[in-house]
Amino acid sequence: MSETVHPEALPEVDRPTGPVAAAVLAAGIGAFVLGLLTTLSEASMGVHDFLEFDDDVGPLSGKTILAVIAYFGSWGILHAVWRRQNPALRPILIAAAVLVALGVLGTFPTFFQAFASD
Amino acid sequence: MKLTNRETWTFIHGMVLGSFFLLAFAGGLAGLWSLRTEYVTPAGIAERLRRLKIGITAMAIAAWATVITGTWIVYPWYRESLAGEGFPGCEGASAPGDDCSPRDFLLSNASGTTEDWHQFGMEWKEHIAWISPMLATLAVFVVFYYGPALARNRAARLLVLVVFVGAFLAAAIAGLFGALITKTAPIT
Repeated sequence: MSETVHPEALPEVDRPTGPVAAAVLAAGIGAFVLGLLTTLSEASMGVHDFLEFDDDVGPLSGKTILAVIAYFGSWGILHAVWRRQNPALRPILIAAAVLVALGVLGTFPTFFQAFASD
Repeated sequence: MKLTNRETWTFIHGMVLGSFFLLAFAGGLAGLWSLRTEYVTPAGIAERLRRLKIGITAMAIAAWATVITGTWIVYPWYRESLAGEGFPGCEGASAPGDDCSPRDFLLSNASGTTEDWHQFGMEWKEHIAWISPMLATLAVFVVFYYGPALARNRAARLLVLVVFVGAFLAAAIAGLFGALITKTAPIT
């Protein structure tokens, strides 16, 4: 399998930015949902019990399944909407970075344990 | 020399897939860093792009396989509730056993102050690890989407690099805590 590439012939990025924007934002959404569910599960026994999709795995099963669904689901939807469009990447990258940062924060024990219900 | 079923899965989860992930990261990072038109010939770009695609895809697959085996196979053994209320089953124990799961053992403080290994280490590890495959998959998509044009597109390369390193950091945090927790409270 060989691919001949002439750099001078490479087009500047002429493909639509929509698919990349969709993938980037979906990763942010997936990470954010994971962090949000982790914190909500700590704050509410109702959410904690709801997320126990599997008895052996506990609420981690619901958190991860729903986060993965949010990731791939939002990716599919955003891709369908943006696949031929050229949205500006910069604000989408910033939004995704903020969502990932919030997701990481939501999974940080010192943070989510501060919301622990008694 | 014999490994139990649980030890075998722990080994696959942590050592086999973890090592594979690290190897793929190193290969992918090297490929990504050097994928520039000013560094290599046209033939070199094709070769490096192929290596990058293989490395980055392998990393994403390893990341998904690691979190799936970790959460659905190994983690239930870690979190079994065996010791009872107040952890009497762990009394005097120096390691987890039949009446004292690793989680029970850490929370019981039966062998020193070990509670934080669960409360902070395991709690962070089990969650943050799942961010890694999402970011790794994003990196794969961008590499395949741009293909050879990636060599000329500095912004796209930077995006892949940041996402790729982010995936690695999330996995590294999980892997580090996993190794340290396994040392303190192994699954047997």
